[in-house]
Amino acid sequence: MKRLALLAVGLLTLGAITFADNPLLINGAGATFPYPIYSKWFDMYHGKNPNLQFNYQSVGSGAGIKQVTEGTVDFGATDGPMNDDQLKAYQDKHGSGILHFPTVLGAAVPTYNVKGVTSTLNFTPEALAGIFLGKVTKWNDPVIADANKGTNLPAEDIVVVHRSDGSGTTYIWTDYLSKISDEWKSKVGKGTSVNWPVGLGGKGNEGVTGQIKQTPNAIGYVELIYAVQNNILYGTVKNSSKNFVKADLASVTAAAAAASKEMPDDFRVSITNASGNNAYPIASFTWLLIPEKIQDAGKRDAIKNFLKWMMTEGQGSVEALSYAKLPKEVVAKEEKAISKIQ
Amino acid sequence: MPSAGPVGGSRSFFSRLRDGDEFARLVTLVFAATVVLITAALVWELWINSVLPRQKFGLHFFVTQTWDPIMDEFGALPFIYGTLVTSVVALLISVPLGIGAAIFLAELAPPSVSDTLQFFIDLLAAVPSVIYGLLGVFTVVPLMRTVIYPLLNKPFGFLPIFKGPSYGVGFFTAGIVLAIMVIPYIISVSREVLLSVPRDQREAALALGSTRWESTWKVVVPFARTGILGSIFLALARALGETMAVTMVIGNTPKIAASLFAPGYSIAAVIANEFTEATGDLYLQSLIALGLALFLLTFILNGLARLLIVVTTQKGSGVAA
Repeated sequence: MKRLALLAVGLLTLGAITFADNPLLINGAGATFPYPIYSKWFDMYHGKNPNLQFNYQSVGSGAGIKQVTEGTVDFGATDGPMNDDQLKAYQDKHGSGILHFPTVLGAAVPTYNVKGVTSTLNFTPEALAGIFLGKVTKWNDPVIADANKGTNLPAEDIVVVHRSDGSGTTYIWTDYLSKISDEWKSKVGKGTSVNWPVGLGGKGNEGVTGQIKQTPNAIGYVELIYAVQNNILYGTVKNSSKNFVKADLASVTAAAAAASKEMPDDFRVSITNASGNNAYPIASFTWLLIPEKIQDAGKRDAIKNFLKWMMTEGQGSVEALSYAKLPKEVVAKEEKAISKIQ
Repeated sequence: MPSAGPVGGSRSFFSRLRDGDEFARLVTLVFAATVVLITAALVWELWINSVLPRQKFGLHFFVTQTWDPIMDEFGALPFIYGTLVTSVVALLISVPLGIGAAIFLAELAPPSVSDTLQFFIDLLAAVPSVIYGLLGVFTVVPLMRTVIYPLLNKPFGFLPIFKGPSYGVGFFTAGIVLAIMVIPYIISVSREVLLSVPRDQREAALALGSTRWESTWKVVVPFARTGILGSIFLALARALGETMAVTMVIGNTPKIAASLFAPGYSIAAVIANEFTEATGDLYLQSLIALGLALFLLTFILNGLARLLIVVTTQKGSGVAA
């Protein structure tokens, strides 16, 4: 009997210990593009706060918005900001709003495989819009050739390659084309998947790259990070200050800094075709979606503290993974917005 | 069906239950019913989750060609077309090859060769489809652009199906990759069926003075016809639903083109590509409606297949295997 009681006490203690050791689990889901940096952040943060664990599923921006709206996850993540209908749907369901927090920046770059060309090509907005609308069909078309004097462009047909899977990269690319071409805006529009006027679809960055490598005279777009990490040849793009800018971490952050002056309070901003001499024009924030009202006080504090950490210390580790940092102005504004979470 | 069981008859239900017969019957009945239930549940889920496109587009969904997630216009025809065309190309290539190989393995090859080859064929059937997709991207696509396309386009370019430029990817490439994927199924099943044809059938034909080939082609193959057709339908089902390998080589362009060299799209491929990022209920439900379309397509083709078996079995002389 005594032994039994001892055993019971022992089991209870064990139970108490395991219970106390159980970390607070915070679930999120969404964009795949920032997944490497998010998983690194969550891992680093768990190292500092062992009683707290973030669990992030990179299921895609669309699924992230859907899941956070349905309330099946604590936070979402997206490469394209939620539109007004989606915000309203969230408000209707939960009786309170949802906040956007920019975390890092990404960019899309034009990559190509043109016979006899090994140098960096320059692309004007007119050239990119014309090519992707199917109006510029030859590589030696003046709209391309005039920006590339000294490069011998062949009189060959252009083969356009785009993403076939829904993707944040496509969102950035089509958002840019919508801004610089009225025809694109009215005919095609912007989104994670669009009705492409021309071209072949490749699945993922690797699918697009593979298709371009194998098809002579092809052009497409991939994420900057993917292009950098795989040493892919990509071109410069003429920005709104008439400079040809090659995408890199600095020119992407410059685009964000230029746009941050007109940053709206809800951070839902497109920074494609941003002003600024060195701003790369096809760039975008990626956002965390945090509910305005979080019932569980423990989770609320944990998320708020994580956001603070992410904007300060966390930003230090983004460039190692080839993401562009948030500009200081944006961080300052975001830190104020954290207090909106209640 | 009270007297259905072979050992049923006069014994009471409980005595049969105790002996295990009835118990076995009930358990296996439940298992069999599960298949029907899963199919029904699948249709039900696809049906209730595709309300919006059915209300908005109705049957036009199946005959319109625009797929525009931004303007919220969805039509399934290019995807249905792509699915059918790639599957037909795949069967046109794989059926003669597969059945020829099966006849050789079952009838003509020495058993040691036949068994060794069968091992490799079973191995091929177990290769994941993404591997076939990679094979397609790195081998079939360049081959298509540099060898097959010039070979067919120069002499036969006047035919609509061989017209136009080739990007390497397209209906034809997807069909070839699918053919490579389904051949093991056709060989494997057909070989088994041919091997199970009774020995006396062959001996009777030989006794009547036919050659080895005549006995194979005129007696054994017709006898095994139903089973061989079965293997073809298995291959067709696999081809219709294949996702990963197809999306890697078809070009992912929702357009209907007569040329086999043109890029296209298939139902399974577009669902896999766009489902994760589908925002908006109509968009998501249109993808589910595509799933329903694929299910119906498979259902109809399977129905036709059954019909074909019934018709040919009645007409032919061979008894169904």
